[in-house]
Amino acid sequence: MKISGAEIIVECLKREGVRHIFGYPGGVVLNIFDLLYDEKDLQLILTRHEQGAVHAADGYARATGRPGVVLVTSGPGATNTVTGIATASMDSVPLVVFSGQVPTLLIGNDAFQEADIVGITRPCTKYNYLAKDVKDLSRIIKEAFHIATTGRPGPVLIDLPKDVTGSKTEFTWPEIDIRSYNPTYEGNKWMITQAAHLIAKSKKSVIISGGGVIISGASKEIRELAEHTDIPVTMTLMGLGSFPGTHHLSLGMPGMHGTYYANKAIQESDLIIAVGMRFDDRVTGKVDAFAPHAKIVHIDIDPTSIRKNVRVDVPIVGDVKRVLTVLNKVLKEEVKEQWEEVRRAWLKQIDAWKAERPMTYTYSNEVIKPQFVVEKIYEITKGDAIITTEVGQNQMWTAQFYKFDKPRTLLSSGGLGTMGYGFPAAIGAQLAFPNKLVIDIAGDGSIQMNIQELATAVINKLPVKVAILNNRYLGMVRQWQELFYQERYSHTKLDESVPDFVKIAEAYNAVGLRATKPSEVEPVLKEAFKTKKPVFMDFIVDWKEKVYPMVPPGAPIDQMMFEEPEKKPEKKLKVVK
Amino acid sequence: MRHTISVLVENKFGVLSRVSGLFSGRGYNIESLSVGETIDPQISLMTIVTGGDDWVIEQITKQLNKLIDVIKITDMTELDHVEREMVLIKVTPRQQDKAEVLNLTEIFRGRIVDSSQRTYTIEITGDEKKIEAFVELMKPMGIKEFVRTGKVAIAREGVKKKQ
Ligand SMILES: Cc1ncc(C[n+]2csc(CCOP(=O)(O)OP(=O)(O)O)c2C)c(N)n1
Repeated sequence: MKISGAEIIVECLKREGVRHIFGYPGGVVLNIFDLLYDEKDLQLILTRHEQGAVHAADGYARATGRPGVVLVTSGPGATNTVTGIATASMDSVPLVVFSGQVPTLLIGNDAFQEADIVGITRPCTKYNYLAKDVKDLSRIIKEAFHIATTGRPGPVLIDLPKDVTGSKTEFTWPEIDIRSYNPTYEGNKWMITQAAHLIAKSKKSVIISGGGVIISGASKEIRELAEHTDIPVTMTLMGLGSFPGTHHLSLGMPGMHGTYYANKAIQESDLIIAVGMRFDDRVTGKVDAFAPHAKIVHIDIDPTSIRKNVRVDVPIVGDVKRVLTVLNKVLKEEVKEQWEEVRRAWLKQIDAWKAERPMTYTYSNEVIKPQFVVEKIYEITKGDAIITTEVGQNQMWTAQFYKFDKPRTLLSSGGLGTMGYGFPAAIGAQLAFPNKLVIDIAGDGSIQMNIQELATAVINKLPVKVAILNNRYLGMVRQWQELFYQERYSHTKLDESVPDFVKIAEAYNAVGLRATKPSEVEPVLKEAFKTKKPVFMDFIVDWKEKVYPMVPPGAPIDQMMFEEPEKKPEKKLKVVK
Repeated sequence: MRHTISVLVENKFGVLSRVSGLFSGRGYNIESLSVGETIDPQISLMTIVTGGDDWVIEQITKQLNKLIDVIKITDMTELDHVEREMVLIKVTPRQQDKAEVLNLTEIFRGRIVDSSQRTYTIEITGDEKKIEAFVELMKPMGIKEFVRTGKVAIAREGVKKKQ
């Protein structure tokens, strides 16, 4: 029996195990939307902006490990997905994005709502397709899911001309074989043995655990490695949750806003074991001065990540979980070492650094410190929540003051740093885990970038919680202006333009709560967490608060700035409204 | 250092822009690029000449490998190989130089492929050194137009000595 391209798409999605699509309709995707009208097993979540759809699919994917699926129309619908796709690409998130396209015959004619989305997204997708023939459709979709989810995952886009979804063909579910795509999963055994010997010889090692550990599902293996060898672990922003933040071997996050002790440990170390991370400049600081005494073992599935930014002594290309499994085995069976004795001095040194400069802030009774809100969220949830963040100070305070013990509990735009990511991502995660507490820790600037998605949350009964650390500034940029641009706050002061978030929540038929004093923080959080609806919590926080420690851009990571001791009493904060 | 890299790719639309986009997006320079079908019409071969230190070349090779449509990469510079390029040069020599043009063309094993009252079009094939030398010699003759194909390269096969 012949079926239409649109029917093929629906059939393929079901065979791929897809249950939810995030999308937005338009003229050229009507063939598909029409089918979804009667569809019981495939639910489309209508967002209020295509960027929101992609971030929601991304949040869904990061929270579950399964690919997120998006369906949008041509032209503006497609171009609106670009930021979302680039965000997913930078953070290796598996997505399959279907975009409508004008009919094949009109392509290239500057037709109404035509955009060369395949051209536009080429650099920010893992791969993309223009499906020109309905006969290719099922193969393309199968390949797209395969490419998106294997190797180093990433977004794949399929552009669908309207006539292709309209015309009919016999359905087949082909075997696929992409001869030019063969990710390396098994690490080279000889290299792994080299790594084991370096580990045995080293006295001052540090493990840097990145997002790849989470993607690969290797939390158990990284923990085994750390505990067996007594090596401390620092987790990059993307790696938070890959290793328990509450573990005695945890050093917290490294880099620009990392902990003193993580950065110190890296700079003094004689061996770095970098796992599933890519030495982003926010982690390394000044590259030439990074870990000057260390040999570097680098394990990653993407060969281009290795030796891209830093020199590497033992490169191991492969799936992190498989490589670590072999490495742990070699360490246990072939290398006999009394690890505790070897590391005792080093761990003592690290404890001294931890005592010297712990991760703290100055609490106030009068004004809400943003870090206090994050701490309280952690305390009340006991870490049992999915946290998303926006970008800026809110993101860094979350990384610093919330202890992530489990993988896939922090969803944050690390590579691209996309403001507006957290809220739709929370919606996606909530859809995947209806019974979990999902909290977006936001800034008053970022939340306004996709605030329209509150409608999506309300109508779909997705009770996400948004904790807005409202400092009436584009805080992180303001911080840089304060520190490096003589307090010239050019276009970062939002002040009275910040809307009344409580009223906004109410206007969307959600719940709005506000705290202006430290004593109100806990009651507001508790109230929000027991509410079965989406909630905006407006925390009026100290606008002057900065994220510390901070490594100035371009400096080595052990040249850190810390909070100045308070000289004069804090000026009374003027509260808006 | 300059490298000549052979890249076997799927012969699909968009592949050229994936490859060239990789170079422009990451700030690598392409000195020359030539593409053509192989014996298997589903596969094309690109010959790319690019420059950079070892780090850059390692990244270029890895990044190319990562492209889904790339089947195989060979850095010819690391192998014993033959490189060729063809140029077409249109010169407008003065009357008294015409014999010299013909003479030089002969010496360089070039061919005159077109001529008019005022011009000769010369085809010349060879490696870079030969072509550069010829171009230098033609400059005083008045070069009117000049096109080159970009380099192509192929690995040499070892020859076994007879016992
Ligand atoms: C889409 C986008 N535009 C601009 C930036 C640059 N940027 C980084 S942090 C920041 C300020 C964020 O302000 P807010 O959301 O209020 O968070 P805060 O830093 O105050 O916590 C800006 C503008 C960005 N990261 N993303």
